[in-house]
Amino acid sequence: MAHQAEVSMKVNGAESKSVIEPRMLLVHYLREELNLTGTHIGCDTSQCGACTVLLDGDPVKSCTVLAVQANGKSITTVEGLASKEGLHPIQMSFWEKHGLQCGFCTPGVMIAAIGLLNENPDPSEEEIRLALEGVICRCTGYQFIVDAVKHAAQTLREAGETKVAMADSMKA
Amino acid sequence: MASLIGSAVRRKEDPRLLTGNGCFTDDIKLTGMVHAAFLRSPHAHARIIRVDTEKARSLPGVTAVFTGLDLAGKMKAVPAMWFLPGCDLKPKDRPALATDKVRYAGEAVAVVIAENRYVARDALDLIEVDYEVLPAVVSQELAMQDDAALLHDDVPNNLALLWKAGEIPDEVFADAEVVVKQRLYNQRVIPSPMETRGAVAQYNPGSGEMTLWCTSQNPHIHRLIYADVLGIPETKLRIIAPDVGGGFGAKIATYTEEAVVACIAREIQKPVKWVEERKEHFMATSHGRDEVLEVELAGTKDGRITALRVTNTANLGAYLSTFGAGCPTIDFGLMVTGAYAIPQAAVVTYGVYTNTTPTDAYRGAGKPEATYQIERAIDLFADKIGMDPVEVRRINLVPNDAFPYNSAMGVTYDSGDYQKALDKALEIFDYEAFREEQKEQRQKGKYLGVGFSTYVELCGFGPSAVAGAIGFQGGVWENSTVRVHPGGTVTVFTGTSPHGQGTATTFCQIVAEKLGVPLSDVELVSGDTQSVSMGWGTYGSRATAVGGAAVSLATDRVIEKARKIAAHELETTVDQIEFIAGQFTVKGDLSRSRTIQQIARSANYAWNLPEGVEPALEGQSFFDPSNFVYPFGTHICVVEVDEGTGEVEIKRYIAVDDVGRVINPLLAEGQVHGGIAQGVGQALWEGAVYTEQGQLQSGTFMDYTMPKARFFPPIESAFTETLSPVNPLGAKGIGETGTTAAPPAVVNAVMDALKPFGVAALDMPLTPEKVWRAIRSGRDKE
Amino acid sequence: MIPSTFSYVQAHSVEEAIRLLRESDGEGKLLAGGHSLVPLLKFRLTTPGTLIDIGEIPELRGVRKEGNRIVIGAMTTYRQVLSDPLVAQHLPLLAQAIGQIGDIQIRNRGTIGGNIAHADPAADLPGVALALDAMLEIQGEDGAELVEADGFFLGPLVTALPETSLLTSVSFLIPPEGARSTYLKYAHPASGYAVVGVCAIAALDPDGVVSTIRVAVNGAGDVAYRARSVEDKLLGHAPTAERIRQAASLAADDGEMGSDQFASEEYRRHLCCVYAQRALEAILL
Repeated sequence: MAHQAEVSMKVNGAESKSVIEPRMLLVHYLREELNLTGTHIGCDTSQCGACTVLLDGDPVKSCTVLAVQANGKSITTVEGLASKEGLHPIQMSFWEKHGLQCGFCTPGVMIAAIGLLNENPDPSEEEIRLALEGVICRCTGYQFIVDAVKHAAQTLREAGETKVAMADSMKA
Repeated sequence: MASLIGSAVRRKEDPRLLTGNGCFTDDIKLTGMVHAAFLRSPHAHARIIRVDTEKARSLPGVTAVFTGLDLAGKMKAVPAMWFLPGCDLKPKDRPALATDKVRYAGEAVAVVIAENRYVARDALDLIEVDYEVLPAVVSQELAMQDDAALLHDDVPNNLALLWKAGEIPDEVFADAEVVVKQRLYNQRVIPSPMETRGAVAQYNPGSGEMTLWCTSQNPHIHRLIYADVLGIPETKLRIIAPDVGGGFGAKIATYTEEAVVACIAREIQKPVKWVEERKEHFMATSHGRDEVLEVELAGTKDGRITALRVTNTANLGAYLSTFGAGCPTIDFGLMVTGAYAIPQAAVVTYGVYTNTTPTDAYRGAGKPEATYQIERAIDLFADKIGMDPVEVRRINLVPNDAFPYNSAMGVTYDSGDYQKALDKALEIFDYEAFREEQKEQRQKGKYLGVGFSTYVELCGFGPSAVAGAIGFQGGVWENSTVRVHPGGTVTVFTGTSPHGQGTATTFCQIVAEKLGVPLSDVELVSGDTQSVSMGWGTYGSRATAVGGAAVSLATDRVIEKARKIAAHELETTVDQIEFIAGQFTVKGDLSRSRTIQQIARSANYAWNLPEGVEPALEGQSFFDPSNFVYPFGTHICVVEVDEGTGEVEIKRYIAVDDVGRVINPLLAEGQVHGGIAQGVGQALWEGAVYTEQGQLQSGTFMDYTMPKARFFPPIESAFTETLSPVNPLGAKGIGETGTTAAPPAVVNAVMDALKPFGVAALDMPLTPEKVWRAIRSGRDKE
Repeated sequence: MIPSTFSYVQAHSVEEAIRLLRESDGEGKLLAGGHSLVPLLKFRLTTPGTLIDIGEIPELRGVRKEGNRIVIGAMTTYRQVLSDPLVAQHLPLLAQAIGQIGDIQIRNRGTIGGNIAHADPAADLPGVALALDAMLEIQGEDGAELVEADGFFLGPLVTALPETSLLTSVSFLIPPEGARSTYLKYAHPASGYAVVGVCAIAALDPDGVVSTIRVAVNGAGDVAYRARSVEDKLLGHAPTAERIRQAASLAADDGEMGSDQFASEEYRRHLCCVYAQRALEAILL
């Protein structure tokens, strides 16, 4: 039993290894240790979802996961969405449809949306709104976020993508 | 080429934000940076007997601990900046850290500086404070009573201000055919931008320069105030608002924490960061609204309103916040007559100190409260005289030929076509079909209701002379510099610092359109007091109407100068030069032309300039508008009330807004959606709840309901366009239309649905239990 | 918000977890998905000396059918339960309830065992556990024992789970053939937790008389409860609209109602009845 713990994880395709306090939250690990500041903290109580990242491909709230719990796992943050070739379709859709204003919640919202599209490639308006239960946006009133997710779903379907691919998995 | 102004282009700021490359305050990391955490009072009102920081100081990793006494002489208390004249205002500044007394739960008592935020947080638990708990007072009405606890010894009855505007003899109401009286509570709400407040301060002991990055809607106002608070000249205090994650009014105010962080950075000569936790934000950042409104409306049986009298008892919280005195007085009072031609009106506002978080501007700031009372009163009046609420609105709306319209409250509405917006909304809605359906559904035990809000609001704060007359401690003009570089690309400098509005897109659209250059060649600089000469802030829907106007005028100056250079090079006179789509051409001779890029090079190289023309191609403008702008529109909300549980579902929401010239319809609609979500939020879910002892019960997002995606149907948004004559763009401002129009539209709709139960009034938020109780008591009466 | 310091150890087997719990002298706490515990740590409402992570014990995950029961490993996440074909086939009620827990992100992390062992009165599963006659397998120092869910929940965040024991699995009784079920939840608009959640399972015999009935309520008070008065009113009777109404009006009788700023005791009592009526109508009419 130790007050320090060694963690290693693959973040956006790159291996990372650190010795940290076991109490360190995953979101702080990403932001402070790895300088991946695209993931934000909005509420502290796992309502707002600004801190959402993919853990082994599934969206989770990184403010409610200890970094030690992600040991040995693979993480994708917003920084891992785009590739050198350009923006990820979800990013492109948020841009096209004006799915963001201040942009603070946006990384988490996009990643939560990826979670939905991986489960349901053709969601209805209502399904999208329900799937956004775990995110709070104060700026947009959600309508253009819903439009963006719809648009991303269509783009991905047309591209024949069955699973929303990440840039880092493409790199791998 | 299609005009860029009015075009729904994608935002220039998005690629950065979408890829995690934005830079919010918490993203800033400086070498040697230490972290601050504030110890906050658990009591709403208590005397501080002793603060013992010894144990905290000795915790490994702790750099320093400061109490209010430790900071004495190092910085001043943080003052308000709106000193309303003629109302016996008793401003109370916020102390850096409380020393003698705490006056609200969450007031900072001490601050820990440590190597990281984990240690800083640990150290808070080691600070011992002995309090002598005093009786607390939360309600503004109770606070004014003679036996109420006093927050400040020299403020009797906790009365911070008493403001009166207009007077109506009692006979007017006594003799009126119809009088409607209603008490309405516009509850306290918590602005809750998704990014909380934060600050990073860096002091250079060699030069004496201080750089403070902070979450600000108006960095120049922060510089003005903090320069005085910290005793640093404005020349050496640089405030930077980096990416700011929403504000909604909460980031206008100057608070103590940012100043304390800067003060300590100077003391310990290390960069200091503080980022507010959400739990702290609920207590430490300004709240909005909290006004008890007693409205009295006189009218005739055939639907004409003859007089309006309103008393506003406003809760200012424990100290006077930056704009705290202005929201329930000027911002509220001047707009109480709404979009209606009401010949007589009068307002009295009591501003009261209580043991609660100070209140200040929240999206709309006073106008939503004004709109709420008049739009609710209209419905009550319509009900009383048995007239359709739309009909009553039609009868009383300010007619087109009355503009510019001088209201009974002494302001001049710039331009409007109120009936047109109403017509358009009704056309989308199909009112008659709805009333049929409502009747049918009621037979089946389903309760539908419709609510209208034909609002107008006062935006685009300016002119500065008015600001002076109402005691606002600053100007309200804006400035811009438009600089064309030798290579032909353009940098635009603006004093209106954005925090989500998309200003970097809309302002660049204005410049690109006028100069005839690609949008990708124009970039905006904002939010840094060292880069931009001055600015009075992004609030009150003034960015486009005032800041955008300055950008437009500065661009005109660029063109004016470029035209002289073009005429010189083309060997003709200035009046012979036409400027279209980026080309200066000699009239009637298309072969003789220069592009703006060519002129930019000539101007900057300065090899051959006409006599009297200085080098470089740059225009600057300082724009002080001649009047406010008055956006307006009609919002219609349809709800269904679940008779069994009291839950309210929004079935339809129609918004027709007239914001004058729309620069970017996509962004404009985004503003409408967001504003409506917040307005509906206030109507149905949001509300700060305090215990009688002053404990904030709704202190996290687990208790305070932020609107979520599934709460809304798609919003049906449309615009009419009535240009404003007060600025060169004809723009009116859009940021606050939704929060202003939505609350009464929703509440009126619920009241309409509840009519079969005889319910006339309920206070927001219309939570299910409240609605259920109203239905039940209505039933009991039957 | 930041947790206070603790040490951390990962258990690789159930036995190891129990040994670590014993060795921690009351200072140890089990960490499952963390979605109940981490928020408490961040508020510093709990300050354990040691966290014993049971997240990587393979035997604690998975869904299997044993006789007329579906057994779910305690560390199986909501998401895994939701996508399990056995659950979809035999326990639609459980799937329906879990589908309403939190949000996608939370369902990816939160676990069945964590939910039950945490015993948040506003959680959705305690009621489901009562309605589906859940049996909890508890592994202690002296071996394993099976405990009925009914009687396990003692109060808010208090259960009958001994300090050095571990909930290893939860088994749910498969309702009889032809039974219908539903979980209706009145969610708090901010937290998403149940203000009132009503589970109902019912089956009719060939004469149209109620032969099986289970009604349980969570969220309304400090502990989830079986609404036996409702069940008694319906069992052995034809479920007419009037009888359902009468039965539903008893839905608050077997529990203690809570009260908070969002919903008073009286309103919760009312909601129990309204939701019970709607649930019963949905499956019986």
